[in-house]
Amino acid sequence: MSETITLEVLRYNPETDSEPHFQSFVVPYHEDWVVLDALNHVKDHIDSTLSYRWSCHMAVCGSCGLIINGEPKLGCHAFVRDYRGGVIKIEPLDHFPIERDLVIVMDDFIEKLSSVKPYVIVKEEKPVSEGEYIQTPAQLKVFKQYTQCINCMLCYAACPQYAMNEGFVGPAALALAHRYNMDSRDCGKDERAEVVASNEGIWECTFVGACSEVCPKHVDPAAAIQQTKIAASLDWFKALLLPGGKK
Amino acid sequence: MSRRPYIRKVERNWFLSQRRYTLYMTRELTSLFVLLYCVFLTLGVVRLSQGQAAWDGFVTTASSPLGVIFQLVCLGFAAFHSVTWFAVTPKAMPLMIKGEPVPDKTIIAVHYALWAAVSAVVLIAAGV
Repeated sequence: MSETITLEVLRYNPETDSEPHFQSFVVPYHEDWVVLDALNHVKDHIDSTLSYRWSCHMAVCGSCGLIINGEPKLGCHAFVRDYRGGVIKIEPLDHFPIERDLVIVMDDFIEKLSSVKPYVIVKEEKPVSEGEYIQTPAQLKVFKQYTQCINCMLCYAACPQYAMNEGFVGPAALALAHRYNMDSRDCGKDERAEVVASNEGIWECTFVGACSEVCPKHVDPAAAIQQTKIAASLDWFKALLLPGGKK
Repeated sequence: MSRRPYIRKVERNWFLSQRRYTLYMTRELTSLFVLLYCVFLTLGVVRLSQGQAAWDGFVTTASSPLGVIFQLVCLGFAAFHSVTWFAVTPKAMPLMIKGEPVPDKTIIAVHYALWAAVSAVVLIAAGV
């Protein structure tokens, strides 16, 4: 018999289950499979009721975030070969309600993401005839890594602060706020500050740093948040000390 | 079909579940010892202001075996505190010089150099 590997998948059917439980599936072992391939095998050949999100299979869409052997990972980014000889335990992302099986309810994240206005806000829209909003490569370099976020929510699943305080705006949303605040074309910093510099924004972060460790795109939200803290503190001092600085 | 999302509770011992959480909690715990040492130093200053006899009493307590153990424990935790914070300074204070990011190692090294310099100034001022 060819080699196999066992998946232990957390199942939850809201219509019949009072709480989630693990179910084992034995799937073929392939050197080039990722965990998502193994889940697809279960869905196609063993149990078609298994529910999970996925789309691109190439770490771009951010849909297949899972807890794999306790670690937040993208299902398409975790090779089965790295778990060879063991069991792969697959759970939905931590710190989010479970909708069904491996599907989580992400409404809270989406609301928080939109609350930081993650888009370029200009002082005055100019007509197309006046040309583009110019940005030099050096200006882009300042924030480029923060543009790589794919909203996969692994950072939220890794953040103990988010787990214990559901009001916390969270790593990805704050990193994206920082990304737009640092954008040379943007004038929306003050508008974002209401959420970003609030008690449930950057100041709720105690720099655990787990968000940056699990980020599959090396966005480093922890760095973004600490830099925002420094910028917000400097703004506060400026407003306090400089004449006419108070709003 | 009705929705009935299931909410999992966070375990009370969540910080033991992963090494990175345990390290984080240890780092947080170190601040308690930094605080204790600050209180100890403040007490010393207060005793100094109360005259020679009070100061001598403080020095005797500080040099007793228990006093030395206390200070060594505080030193250990303070060192862990400083080392872990220096390690993350490049995240909080990334520097760009002439459009190029300064390497993390350089930023950390500058912190250690400043630490050594400040310590040397303090030791010289103390007449050691």
